[in-house]
Amino acid sequence: MPHRSSVPLAWRRFEARYRLVGNRCANCGTVYFPPKAICPKCRRKGKLEKCQLKGEGKVYSYTIIHAAPSGFEKRVPYCIAIIELDEGPRVMGEVVGDLALLDIGARVRAVFRKIYEDGEDGIIHYGLKWELV
Amino acid sequence: MAKKVCVVGVGLTKFGEHWDRGFRELAIEAGVKAIEDAGISGKDIDAMYIGNMSGGRFIGQEHIASLIAGELGLNIPSTRVEAACASGGLAVRQAYLAVLSGKHDIVLVGGVEKMTDLSTADVTTTLAGAADQEWEGYYGATFPGLYALMARRHMYEYGTTREQLALVAVKNHENATKNPIAQYPFRITVEDVINSTPVAEPLNLLDCSPITDGAAAVIVCSEEVAKKLTDKLVYIAGSGHATDTLALHDRESLTEIKATRLAAKMAYEEAGIRPRDVDVAEVHDCFTIAEIMAIEDLGFVEKGKGGKFVEDGETKLDGSIPVNTSGGLKACGHPVGATGVKQISEIVLQLRGEAGERQVKDARIGLAHNVGGSGATAVVHILERGW
Repeated sequence: MPHRSSVPLAWRRFEARYRLVGNRCANCGTVYFPPKAICPKCRRKGKLEKCQLKGEGKVYSYTIIHAAPSGFEKRVPYCIAIIELDEGPRVMGEVVGDLALLDIGARVRAVFRKIYEDGEDGIIHYGLKWELV
Repeated sequence: MAKKVCVVGVGLTKFGEHWDRGFRELAIEAGVKAIEDAGISGKDIDAMYIGNMSGGRFIGQEHIASLIAGELGLNIPSTRVEAACASGGLAVRQAYLAVLSGKHDIVLVGGVEKMTDLSTADVTTTLAGAADQEWEGYYGATFPGLYALMARRHMYEYGTTREQLALVAVKNHENATKNPIAQYPFRITVEDVINSTPVAEPLNLLDCSPITDGAAAVIVCSEEVAKKLTDKLVYIAGSGHATDTLALHDRESLTEIKATRLAAKMAYEEAGIRPRDVDVAEVHDCFTIAEIMAIEDLGFVEKGKGGKFVEDGETKLDGSIPVNTSGGLKACGHPVGATGVKQISEIVLQLRGEAGERQVKDARIGLAHNVGGSGATAVVHILERGW
């Protein structure tokens, strides 16, 4: 498991993880996902506003994981990719669906899925995965 | 910049699985060896910097800089330095800066990690802490996975081949057969690498550095002190350090480690040398693709041509720029916090002409390159023979 989460640690990321809300700097126009706490291009001159992303993009690079971290052992083999979203930012995530279609440049769309469980008594983590289309 | 800082002592434990020995025993062994090698006494040391990635998760022990000082019976300033797998290199840099500033004359740098007390899954999880936990680790990305994403992209953009990746591991294992501290001092073939268990495609088990216990130490001191101790001065001629985003997906490029390029530029400028002047290099080959990207980002070969450079044998012991004479992280072993200090030790041995069977003839200038995470930290040191 990435980190044994407390409820608040998971809760404060719901908007981004569940609904793909990033942000956009009103000063330079750059769209960020995951959302940033400050625009790294403009820093204090920047003005970050919430920005809903469409959830469509393409595979920028991918790997099939065979040796998993704790919490993901039962999922192997699974595909982790960097997705280039149509709005510009890149994001890490699992690619699901017909992996015969998997390639650099393959189109994907966001789907809501269970990500992992924090053991038997912990939180069940949900979020977005990327389905090949 | 005038060369004012020297390395006068090195100490290494055997790298491997030390089930019978703990964190503190390993750290002390390396430290004592470095002190003896320098010809000083423990009471001569003004301060210590200890590179350690995750004592807290590997053995449940924090506060390790004071732990080691206490075990040595010293009450001097002792500081832990953490930058994931670059902790050791960064500890060396802190010592370099402390001596350069004039605040301290003799500084002991230690690097230590005790990794084999945990299961492989728990080690994988701990190492994943060097990545962005909220946006990479959360989705099940692993370290081999992150480097696999870089490898896939490097193959796509530059035509780097599966065989070229394998050749990095083959070379480093060959070098390890000549290094008495190496964890895996045996030869492997390209077929062995290609047929080994997949870890994160396209990377297999033999593309990956292992889980290792081990410690390394060096004594960093002023030129004035060094001259009293030895005629064979080894200078730290340049030191560079740069950072980048923790998350791989936030970087402009997946086929270069920008922090390496920037840290190298800083170190080359400080030393007043060019990449072609380097006679021997220890680079951060946590995965085979990492060595190919490193030799490109350090300027030994043009971007995209690293695979061919390896294939042509240029990085072998008898090549134009021998890389990872120690066996590298791949075959010498990778006790994460110790690695950056071990790299400096190897370069010092090479410059002094004490590297035994793996000695590079007439090595005058050496480079050590240490990376943290998937490239969010890079530290580059250039060492130069003073005689």
